[in-house]
Amino acid sequence: MAFPPLNSPQWQSPWRTFAWGLRSITQTILTLVLFATYLGIGALAHDSHFSLLWALCSTLFVWAGPAQIILITTLGSGATVIQSAIAVTVSAIRLFPMVVSVLPLMRTPTTKRRELFFAAHLTAVTLWVECHRFLPQVPRERRIAFVNGLGFGLVSVCLTANTIGYFLAANLTQTLGAAILLLTPLSFLFSTARNSREVADVVALALGVLLYPLAAKMNSGLDILVSGLAAGTIAYGVHWWREVRA
Amino acid sequence: MSAPQLIGDWHALLLLFVAGVIPNQIWRMLGLWFGGGIDEGSELLVWVRAVATAILAGVIAQIVVEPSGALASVPDALRYGAVGAGLVVFLLTRRSIFAGVVAGEVFMLAGKWWLG
Repeated sequence: MAFPPLNSPQWQSPWRTFAWGLRSITQTILTLVLFATYLGIGALAHDSHFSLLWALCSTLFVWAGPAQIILITTLGSGATVIQSAIAVTVSAIRLFPMVVSVLPLMRTPTTKRRELFFAAHLTAVTLWVECHRFLPQVPRERRIAFVNGLGFGLVSVCLTANTIGYFLAANLTQTLGAAILLLTPLSFLFSTARNSREVADVVALALGVLLYPLAAKMNSGLDILVSGLAAGTIAYGVHWWREVRA
Repeated sequence: MSAPQLIGDWHALLLLFVAGVIPNQIWRMLGLWFGGGIDEGSELLVWVRAVATAILAGVIAQIVVEPSGALASVPDALRYGAVGAGLVVFLLTRRSIFAGVVAGEVFMLAGKWWLG
């Protein structure tokens, strides 16, 4: 799919731009990855005894796969609301630098903050990656409409995947149910590894996986937080050490 | 499937808002509000990104090490083997997410079938 040139009259209508954003979900493998991930989240919600409405609301209002999984696994395994809220809050910190770096791409001197509200809500790793790829091909004054279309398309795909995953988990054999649940860790692991450009990212990912089983032995209820802070800080140390030597 | 199963109760939805929606939206809205003045390459943000990545890694490990639901029926070695096989294929295919996921799934299903 080729976008119209930047000066094309096709970009003059915001609704048409929204439609271009919507159509661009067919242009990325990440849509398929999201579909697989949210199929898994739907199945996980079912197996952890949450309702379908709950799963759909979490996709619509949380809109961050890792946070949704932390929420389902912690609440499902008997953690308190406070423990879940802390783990989710910390996992969501990464949304802050994403929003900070993505909004300037669509801001014009006359843009009001409230016009960026939906773009900020829709920002998560997939949208963040795709904005950097697609937005240079979209005229600046139409980018918010484009991002709203792209985000609307991705959310719709995920709500559909949630529903399918939920019903599959209820009706499939145990082996196929397990295969759907396995989609989430695999797709997260490889999409994060693919986005890791700096050494610090790779160290954080590898150590984060390896330290978790150790942290889990402490049984504090905040295992993910403990291993994440430790592995992330060591990764930052590696980054700092390399900067100092360079 | 019955209607209560699909809709659930208000208590669970309240938990979703307190522990899920608010903790996420806080960061997005802070980014929207204060985003203008922060340097994307600053040291603080490098650390924040590293911790956030490591937390995500912990989530991945948790699902595989302490699985819930149907995944718990797969033996430990088979789950770890599936992730390992997927990782090898991912690296061999110059970081193809699709190839890695398919390889991990095929390994797990083949192992399950072989074990009977």
